[in-house]
Parts: sequence; structure tokens; C-alpha cells
Amino acid sequence: MSTELKQHYTAQYSAIKASLPGMGLSWLNTAREKALANFSESGFPSPREEEWRYTNIAPIERRRFSSVSSPFEAVDRSRLKQFSIDGAASLVFVNGRSNRELSVLPEPARGIIACSMAEALELHADRVREYFAGVLNKESNGFLAFNTALFTDGAFVYVPQDMKVASPVHLIFVSTGADGLSTTRNLVIAGPGSQAEIIESYIGSEESGYLSAAVSELVLAEQADIRWSKLQCESNRGFHFGGLYADVGRYGRLNHANFSFGGLLARNEVHVDLSEASECSLDGLFLCTGRQHVDHHTRICHREAHGFSRESYKGILDQRARGVFQGRIIVARDAQKTDAEMSNRNLLLSSDAEIDSKPQLEIYADDVKCAHGVTVGQLDEQSVFYLRSRGVDRESARNMLTFAFANEMVEKVKRPGLRSVIQAELLAALPQTGVRKEWL
Amino acid sequence: MLAIESLHVRVEDKEILKGISLNVGAGEVHAIMGPNGSGKSTLAHVLAGRDGYTVTSGMATYNHANLLAMPPEERAREGVFLAFQYPVEIPGVSNIYLLKTAVNAIRKHRALEELDAMDFIGLVKSKMKLVDMDEQFLYRAVNEGFSGGEKKRNEILQMAVLEPRLAILDETDSGLDIDALRVVSDGVNALRSKDRSFILVTHYQRLLDYIKPDFVHVLAGGRIVKSGDASLALELEDRGYGWLEQHAGAAS
Repeated sequence: MSTELKQHYTAQYSAIKASLPGMGLSWLNTAREKALANFSESGFPSPREEEWRYTNIAPIERRRFSSVSSPFEAVDRSRLKQFSIDGAASLVFVNGRSNRELSVLPEPARGIIACSMAEALELHADRVREYFAGVLNKESNGFLAFNTALFTDGAFVYVPQDMKVASPVHLIFVSTGADGLSTTRNLVIAGPGSQAEIIESYIGSEESGYLSAAVSELVLAEQADIRWSKLQCESNRGFHFGGLYADVGRYGRLNHANFSFGGLLARNEVHVDLSEASECSLDGLFLCTGRQHVDHHTRICHREAHGFSRESYKGILDQRARGVFQGRIIVARDAQKTDAEMSNRNLLLSSDAEIDSKPQLEIYADDVKCAHGVTVGQLDEQSVFYLRSRGVDRESARNMLTFAFANEMVEKVKRPGLRSVIQAELLAALPQTGVRKEWL
Repeated sequence: MLAIESLHVRVEDKEILKGISLNVGAGEVHAIMGPNGSGKSTLAHVLAGRDGYTVTSGMATYNHANLLAMPPEERAREGVFLAFQYPVEIPGVSNIYLLKTAVNAIRKHRALEELDAMDFIGLVKSKMKLVDMDEQFLYRAVNEGFSGGEKKRNEILQMAVLEPRLAILDETDSGLDIDALRVVSDGVNALRSKDRSFILVTHYQRLLDYIKPDFVHVLAGGRIVKSGDASLALELEDRGYGWLEQHAGAAS
């Protein structure tokens, strides 16, 4: 990476430093400056690194993204409205900074905290400090350092012990400016035995190319239960790097669903560390067309015994799009009786589309049940003929089957309000002839 | 209704049908019987328009139009229906969605308005009684996880809803127990009318105990080697196909 590029982001840091949240806190200053030094050293990840072999982020390096102060008038309200979910509290961030006017804050009930990171660093600084970068520490790459140095805001959610939160917290990240930078950092802490649902959505203006670099840390204490959905619906010219780093305590449970429909170049990472008898499910659906490149990188680490994990990612690739799935499952030596399954199924709609799928199992224990499977295929011609023999034209038949392939993942979404948002995005992203929402 | 003249069909380099001629009049039920590999299913698929078959000569005329020139969906809209031997499972598409799409595609072709939701569900429910299917099947994915009998009943349900003029049943009796066979046959019999013709492709005479054909044809080695009335099927039951295959061998 060029020195000039590193200087650009170092200068960015100096320019916005005074306005960064938590700037009065020396531990955070130290963390940011250390991260900035790391970034200056390593830069963005390069394709020479094994984990980045299939995703060349040169297009991100060629641009010079800058933090923009949030002109929230630029937010497309009707687009935002499409993401409203009944009963959900929403925290809206515009170009990486929280926006109160657009947010619907949760009821201040029984000690739950759901606020912006900026606010949390003022009111709950000790709690943030206790957990900040705790899960992340083991990971390092240029994007994480970049995020730690430059995050301008994000969400902080704290669910106290045994609290079951019925309504979800929806974090909506909107990017507007051309060459803008949205760098956000979320921290979610689920106390022992607590239960909550988090949704993160990423949207952006249609015309602008911007970089959205969003990192979330999630800590589940013993028996905590978190359902987390991510909707990556960035604009077609947007760049997206997103990572969720989760630590699941004993008997804890994480259900994660990853829907990735937008962005010109997008990378979604999900890292889960499982403790004894804890479980996770990772579901994913990605659609890419045109020249989109979407990369999913997941890592599940069974650290202790009796863990359970299920992972299922599906991809649909059309035109000249390229998809990447790298799924890694690690079973540590002490993680006996682990039960893990991973599958990645891909549908290629064009001969120019490409998918690189790389499942990896690293098993160091000897009494475990692990399986993985990858398929890459085209639409089943027998099914197309079956539909045509019922009077459905070829194009509609193909579209119905494509939608059906994707919809299988959407139907797993429990919350009706969320499901209908995802379904609407899916319908908009896929060819529509023959697919009718009112018939579903 | 359907006139097939000297139809020759290849699959890749192999000639499967070697000159089939058959006339099916309105309201008639024709059974096509024959040993495995005789070309029965090929004939059914060619009439429905499946890819992978090359018609090298001959023709098939359906209501005075060239059937073989139509894409499969147009044949369906013109009233041709194929009940599959192996109905395809389609995860993610519900039965009711498929039926709605099919009914409205056919109505559109006939310049009729789309059925509204109430009329449609009324139509489907009345037809479900014919094949003794529970309403919950409507909301399940097409054939996914259905038993063999349920799949075949689902084919008959689709046929009942789409009201074809020419229904081709490809080995609909295969894999059915006696109760399912009766349900399926009752469904077919209920749909018999003076305007609707049937071609029953079957290996066994058993189906014809329940659905009485007007004509029976024996296909062997890609040719119709014998035609007759329902009594021919009984003769086959007694004597098997061997004597006819020899006959076909001698003829060629």
C-alpha cells in the first residue's frame, strides 16, 4: 500500500481527532493511536494474505475516502422507511454518526442500555472499557486497526442479567456522501441468561461510492441468547467491510443471519468463539450481479466440549459477479463431543459469474461430529420444464426457481416485520417477471 | 383432437420412436402399453415438449395446429397436460403459488381476467376433494417431502385445476398402493368428459381395471405393434409382451 494512502488516513485521523467520541479518555486514545500505528504499518489487507486471497481490495485503495459531517437532509427518508420494522427501537447513524432525529429510541426500561457509542463513552465509559476490543484482540487485520483508529460512533447495547428483551434493537447505518467514510464500532453485551435481538442494516445513496467499515463486538455471558441479523443493502457503488466478533459463554446461544444484497465490493466477516455446551447458527444469503464482488468469511471456534454449530450459506451469482465463501470451523483439543455442520450452496445464473468456495475444518479433538458440503450449480432444467409444462413461460420459471432458492433462507427469519423487509429487498434485487409478492 | 403421423424421434444418436401414428378423438381414452424401453415415456415427453428429443420426421397435429412447433408452456396453455412419472420437487415454491401462476398464465392466454383470491381458493378447494387431499398441502413446497402417492395425487390435482383438453398420464400408476391407485383413478374418471381426451401411458394392466380405456395400443421397439379395445389389455395381462415383441422383431 502506498505511503501516500497511509498519510491520507493519518491526516484524516488528525483532522477529525477532536470530534471523535471518547477523546477525553486516555485508554481509548491510546488504543486508537496504537491502531493507527498498526494500520500505518500494515495498511489494508493484501491478496497475498491467505484470508484475502480471493478478494482484492485495490479498488478501495485507489480511492481516498474522507469522513463527512452528517448532512442528514441528504438521507433518503423513503428508503429509510423501507427498513422500518414494527415494534423495533431504531438507532440511525448517518455517515458514521448517530442521528437522534431519525432514531426511535427504546423505552428506558429496567436497566437496558441502547445508545450511541458516543453517549456510552460519556455515561458508561467504565463498562465500555471493560469490554472494548476484548473479543477483537485475538484478531488482527488492516480493517480492524482502521476501524479502531477512526470509528466516529456506533451503538452500545447492554442487556442486564436475566432480562428478556421482546422488541429488537435495529441499528441502521446510512451513507450519503460521495467518497465518504462511515466508520462505526458497535459493542453489545448480553448479561447472564439474558435474551435480545439485534438487527443491523446498511444502506446508502444510489449514486455515491463510499466506504462503510463497520465492526461489531458481541459478548454473551453464560446462557445468554442473542438473535442477530445483518442486512447489507449498500448502494451499488458502495464499498463495505463488516465484521462481527462474538464470544459465546457457557450454554449461550447465538443465531446469526447474514443477508448481503448490495455493494460493489463487500466483505462480511463473522467470527464466533464458543464455550462449553454453547451453540450458534450462522445463516447467510448473498446475491450479486453486474460486477459485484461479495466475500463471506466465517470462523467458528469450538473452544470447549459439547458445542453445537450449524452454518448454511447460499449464494446467487449472475452476470459477471464474483462471490467468495470461506468458512472455517476449528475444534480445539478439549472440545470433545462437538457437533458442527457447514454447508454452502451456490447458484450460478451466468457463465461469466464465479464463486470461490473454501470450507475448512481444523479438528484437534478426536470425539466429534463434523461435516461440510459445498455445491455449485445452475438452475435445474427438469424443474424449469416442470413449470413450463404447467403454462409458465421460461423466464418466469427461471425467476421463480431463483427466488425460491433464495427465499428458503428468508423463510427462516422468525420475526414477520423483518422477514418482509428482507423479502422486499430480495424481490427488488432479483428479476421479477413471474415472481409476485402478493402470492407468497 | 390429436393426430400423430409417422413420428420418428431420436435421443442423441439413438432412434427411440420409429414411426408412430395415432389418432385421439375428443373424449377418447387411449392406453399406451408396452415393455420397458419401448418408447412410451419418450412419446409422452415429446408431446409435452421436453428438451433433449429430436424429431427427425413425422408430425403431431393438435386441434389443427402443429403441436411440435410450440414451446412447452404454449402447449400447456392450449390445453395439453402431462402428469409426470416422477414429479419434480421444488423447494421454496408452494403448491398454491404454482397453481395460481399456472391458472392465471392459462387464463391470460385465453384472454380471461385473473381469478381473484376468493374465486381461486374456492376452485382449488373444490378440486382437492376429488383427490382427497388436505388443505395443508397447498402451503407446502411443491412435492417436497411428499410420498409417492401424494406426488401422484398432486399431479391429478393440478390436472383438475388446469382443466386440460388433452391429458397425458405418464406411468401415473407406478409406485402406488391399491388405495392411492383408487383415489387417483377416481380423480381421473371424474374428469372424463366428451371434450377431454386422455392418453394413459402404463406398463401394467392394473390401472385399466379402474380407468376403462376406449383404445389400447401396444408400443414395442418404438412402434405401435398392436391396437385394440380394452380387451387387448386383458390379453396382455395373460400373455405378457413377449409374443408382440417377437412380432415387432419379425416386422422390422
